[in-house]
Amino acid sequence: MEREMTGAEMVLQAFRDQEVKHVFGYPGGAVLPIYDELIQQDDIAHILVRHEQGAGHAAEGYARSTGKPGVVLVTSGPGATNMVTALTDAMLDSIPLVCITGQVPTNLVGSDAFQECDTVGITRPCTKHNWLVKRIEDLPRILHEAFYVAKSGRPGPVVVDIPKDVQFATGTYAGPSTSHVQHKSYNPPTKGDMTAIRAAVQLMATAQRPVLYTGGGVINSGPLASQLLRELVEMTGFPVTSTLMGLGAYPASGPEWLGMLGMHGTYEANMAMHDCDVMVCIGARFDDRITGKLDAFSPNSKKIHIDVDPSSINKIVHVDIPVVGDVAHVLEDMVRIWRASSFKPRAEVKNWKKQIDQWRARNCLAYRNSDDIIMPQYALQRLGEAIKGKDVYISTEVGQHQMWAAQFLGFEAPNRWLTSGGFGTMGYGMPAAIGAQVAHPDSLCINIAGDASILMNIQEMSTAVQHGLSPKTFILNNSYMGMVRQWQQLLHGNRLSHSYTDSLPDFVKLAEAYGAKGIRVTKPHELDDAIQEMIETPGPVLFDCCVAQLANCFPMIPSGKPHNEMLLPDEASDEAVASAISKEGKALV
Amino acid sequence: MKPWHQQSVKKGRPSCEGWGYKMNAQNLDALSAYFIAEVSDVQETHTLSVIVDNEPGVLARVIGLFSGRGYNIDSLSVSETEHERHLSRITIVTTGTPQIIEQIRHQLDRLVPVHRVRDLTVAALRFKQDKPLERELALVKVAGAGEKRLEALRLSEAFKATVIDATTEHFVFEITGRSNKIEQFIDIMRPLGLVEVSRTGVAALNRGPEGLSSNAQ
Repeated sequence: MEREMTGAEMVLQAFRDQEVKHVFGYPGGAVLPIYDELIQQDDIAHILVRHEQGAGHAAEGYARSTGKPGVVLVTSGPGATNMVTALTDAMLDSIPLVCITGQVPTNLVGSDAFQECDTVGITRPCTKHNWLVKRIEDLPRILHEAFYVAKSGRPGPVVVDIPKDVQFATGTYAGPSTSHVQHKSYNPPTKGDMTAIRAAVQLMATAQRPVLYTGGGVINSGPLASQLLRELVEMTGFPVTSTLMGLGAYPASGPEWLGMLGMHGTYEANMAMHDCDVMVCIGARFDDRITGKLDAFSPNSKKIHIDVDPSSINKIVHVDIPVVGDVAHVLEDMVRIWRASSFKPRAEVKNWKKQIDQWRARNCLAYRNSDDIIMPQYALQRLGEAIKGKDVYISTEVGQHQMWAAQFLGFEAPNRWLTSGGFGTMGYGMPAAIGAQVAHPDSLCINIAGDASILMNIQEMSTAVQHGLSPKTFILNNSYMGMVRQWQQLLHGNRLSHSYTDSLPDFVKLAEAYGAKGIRVTKPHELDDAIQEMIETPGPVLFDCCVAQLANCFPMIPSGKPHNEMLLPDEASDEAVASAISKEGKALV
Repeated sequence: MKPWHQQSVKKGRPSCEGWGYKMNAQNLDALSAYFIAEVSDVQETHTLSVIVDNEPGVLARVIGLFSGRGYNIDSLSVSETEHERHLSRITIVTTGTPQIIEQIRHQLDRLVPVHRVRDLTVAALRFKQDKPLERELALVKVAGAGEKRLEALRLSEAFKATVIDATTEHFVFEITGRSNKIEQFIDIMRPLGLVEVSRTGVAALNRGPEGLSSNAQ
């Protein structure tokens, strides 16, 4: 296994040994030796992007849709700093990324050389870990360590910064098996403590008003975790809600599904969270978009929290039974103990479900449809119908369209929903769809976009066309930054400061300029045929769906309000919207 | 049982011990403190020992964590303490609510080059001591003549400080002790011609035969 090679060769060999098939990147001076190796081999495909941020998000889409780490290769200086947004995005959503950056030669480090920046300094707070490799002897170990750290425990992005002279230097390469057995200081937990798990299961068996609150941790833990979650739900009959990041872990068609919770979650999910007596948080982290007003968050419940990261526990909300461990491992134990103890859910759970059905009957996602103008919700419902049962991956940008997509497109399986949750990165969706398409060339990859977000990384259309990828972009075009406008209506007396975009490009012509197909729809009755045409078009498509300009996204928990004070669509009169957020709530956002 | 925030969890080993709940679900009532901010307005000062790999950037990671997440550093000292294994010990004195201090410990533990974090203040309480052993060293330069100079020398003897440099116009005292003793000494020297001070920051260990780094993984 051990043999002599250059640093640049080592990078490629480590990729091979780590079973990397695709790398997203952009060349530049400080990574030329690695690019020179890349062109001379066929095992690893390189996807040339148009901007390094696009490479980062594409790798994220790849990682989220496969569960494998996404790999990025960029140059020093601006190449590295352009990656910062994507790295932070991956950090906040716990997505495994391995980013190789070139660096100026070691003797020039610190001299303000051309395209030099302190890459490890800049990326230190936005990576799980990073390394500057100063000696060729350290390179193989660090490369394998980088993959291990990115994938294990709570996944996250890592950066390996390799100076150009180290890429040229020759050293001895060792594969992952010999150079890395166990890390000396980093040993993430896997199995949860059995006493805690037993206590949790026992508490669940006594619950009268239980709710399962699941998150991205279930997806990150792997397909087995989703399967075990479904088993647990089937056994216990407990209702399930999920964060934005966890959609698909439990199927939207499942009998116990409550819909997404949180700021734009469903009425039934949020009311269930508020009124429950036992909450089981599985791989979620009590984000502020979820909890609403903290001191009124689920005031009467005992809380169980399963998380692989001990620092997530008691960070925001105090929990009664913490279980530190990987979701799949913990759920496996839970299912086994529940079964072995022949627990039955208490009879009161039936009444609880009746209560939930009453909340469901409130029909919180209702909207007034029109024959004349396309309502954004309607467009997504029609799209949802058209892709039902198909092999689909959905990505989104950030804004109203993202929330509507989460509300209206039901997800049946994990890893099918790619969205920027924690960081809220506009411009995420197009490259993420490209990344998913690279991993799943025969699947349908659709980016749900807004007219503002799509322009943040529109250049990646060119990437899609060059590489023969066919992601579809479904733009809900209202000429506004809809979510910004919605907040301005709520918070700032309807003064729409710079949230209207004049001079938008003609998206059809823009698509054509890139060598792709453009479709425009303005009337509801044209939707179905046009969606069909988009799906059947072999190459990339920009679908310009011109929707009602002033539609807002409801239901909504206004900031500073608890879960049981949601603003529902039929109550959202202009007056209610204007007074929804109190003076104190305005500072919270 | 101790409150949940006064317990420690070993790195890498998930444990429910000491999280402050009982195994019998019936007994959970009394411990369902719900929202942390309500109970944790009290600021506490804790001393943390952090065993880290002595590698480039490790101190920046630790300090960046504190500034990035808005935690306080009252004192910080660092040096390689095990040369063969290249391990350094960072001693941090920090102030925060019990919940914040718990977070600091876990956030530190999450850093890849961190081997072990121990809250020495919590450990001392567990050993029924009021606080860990804490010492600081300071070099204090005092310049002047006549009665003030004599007074400075007399006081230094009372404080068991030693003179490590002197001319007819100045003294440099070396003083070791708890931070408040050093604080007091500096205050006394101020009217007697204090010129400048250099302090090492707190070094700390727990009492008793057990160590922290010797069984670090």
